[in-house]
Amino acid sequence: MSQILPEITDENAAFWQGGEDGKLMITQCDDCAFYIHPPSGFCVKCRSKNVSPKPVSGKGKVASFTINHQQWLPDLKTPYTVAIVELVEQKGLRFVTNITGCDPETVHIDMPVEVNFQNHEDVWLPLFSPVTGRTAS
Amino acid sequence: MKKIVYITGVGQSEVKRPSLKSGAELTIDACLEAVADAGLQLDDIDGVACWPGDNNNGAPFSPIGPVGLKTLLGLDVKWFGGGYEGPGPIAGIINGAMAIEAGLCRHVLVFRTITESSARLKDKTVSTLGKIGGKSGRDSNPLWMNYTPFNVHSATILIAMYAQKHFHDYGLTSEQLGQIAMTCRANAADNPKAIYKSPMSLDDYMSSRVIASPLRLFDCDVHCDASTAIILSRKDCAKDTRRDPVLIEAVGAGNSQPWSWDQISLTHMITRDVAKNMWSNTDLKPKDVDCAQLYDGFSILTLIWMEALGLCGIGEGGAFIEGGQRISRTGEMPINTNGGQLSGGRTHGLGYVHEACQQIWGRAGDRQLTKCDTAVVAAGGGPLGGSTLLRRADL
Ligand SMILES: [Zn+2]
Repeated sequence: MSQILPEITDENAAFWQGGEDGKLMITQCDDCAFYIHPPSGFCVKCRSKNVSPKPVSGKGKVASFTINHQQWLPDLKTPYTVAIVELVEQKGLRFVTNITGCDPETVHIDMPVEVNFQNHEDVWLPLFSPVTGRTAS
Repeated sequence: MKKIVYITGVGQSEVKRPSLKSGAELTIDACLEAVADAGLQLDDIDGVACWPGDNNNGAPFSPIGPVGLKTLLGLDVKWFGGGYEGPGPIAGIINGAMAIEAGLCRHVLVFRTITESSARLKDKTVSTLGKIGGKSGRDSNPLWMNYTPFNVHSATILIAMYAQKHFHDYGLTSEQLGQIAMTCRANAADNPKAIYKSPMSLDDYMSSRVIASPLRLFDCDVHCDASTAIILSRKDCAKDTRRDPVLIEAVGAGNSQPWSWDQISLTHMITRDVAKNMWSNTDLKPKDVDCAQLYDGFSILTLIWMEALGLCGIGEGGAFIEGGQRISRTGEMPINTNGGQLSGGRTHGLGYVHEACQQIWGRAGDRQLTKCDTAVVAAGGGPLGGSTLLRRADL
């Protein structure tokens, strides 16, 4: 199997496991409300240590994407869409994910998307689908 | 910068796909050639620098590091250093120059060995990211663990997203981008060491298969086995070597953004930080540059570096390279005159420095430029990036 899972740590657990409760959890500064991702214990905006994971809307837009055709590993199914999604909560708050639930050829930059979760063991991968024509996770 | 560091010699092993020589043999070939080119003896070398070094694993990406090299050649050094966490593939040049400016060394041997071609003969997935291993079977790398669960198995996928963003924001087209690969191929025809020398047409480029849209096979560099070595010398000691050393006029190592592939500028990564930093270290301007040796691990990276360094306007790279004339050896800004990594071979970083010096020294054979007094070298993609400005200078 080619599904790779991240090692869960105290700092990243909320992000990778929030999907169990259907929530996308992003670390936020309790002092200045700045979001910090990947999760860490320090706010780079106001340099505060008072940070904690908070649920966000799960809505965003495609900042960029690629349709991958190369079979990097023997049992990898292609093509698939990798994207960087920027969340609506904050400019520049973005991360790598996959776009699912639509024809890869219809994905475009600035496309509105929303989160859904794909469960593997104790990890809930945050994936994104178009806001219109959404599918169940 | 005090501008007291000169390149006094360069050397390079054979560049093969694959080489029958070991990484150590290739390294020795490159280093001995460079030391001799500088008119020095091994005993004159008192510093060693490398990027990234062997990272304690001897992986084919960099099988030999500074400690391996000093042991291999039996050197008595006053300073040595390597490590991945620096300003990209030419970090060895930057670190070595710093060691000289700090007064620690007189002559620093900078080198870079790569054996990815022979390694890939044994295992095609040798450089694939996120191969499951280790005790937990999970990705614990603090950077890559954020990407591999989404089947990001190669930097190709991340860099394809920068290319896509360029296509979207600036109207770059595949036909324009293809000129990078075609220019490199044309230059490689006049480089006896280049891996791919047969002509490439726009049709050849456009019909090469898509790896990760919009990047095609011919947008990706070609693995090889090779070692490259560069000798840096302090100004007063350079006088004991060749008559025409190359001055390191400036280096760029700035980085204002997170160490990440998705939190940085999606159009220019960190290249604009690096370029701004480099130009702040010199009175020279982009218009003074005679040729540019720019990282082409992927073609789009060359275009991004051109824009960031001010060789053309931001977002204007596509129009600048259209038709290929401006970036050809007879154009206003020749690039990657030895075929780059796209056709010359993925020597990974120092190959660009080697070629810049050959051009400045007038030793580039059939690919020699009519005028080359000043060259810019930049390397890296994503969060990795560094640059240097090299020029002919009398001692
Ligand atoms: Zn804060």
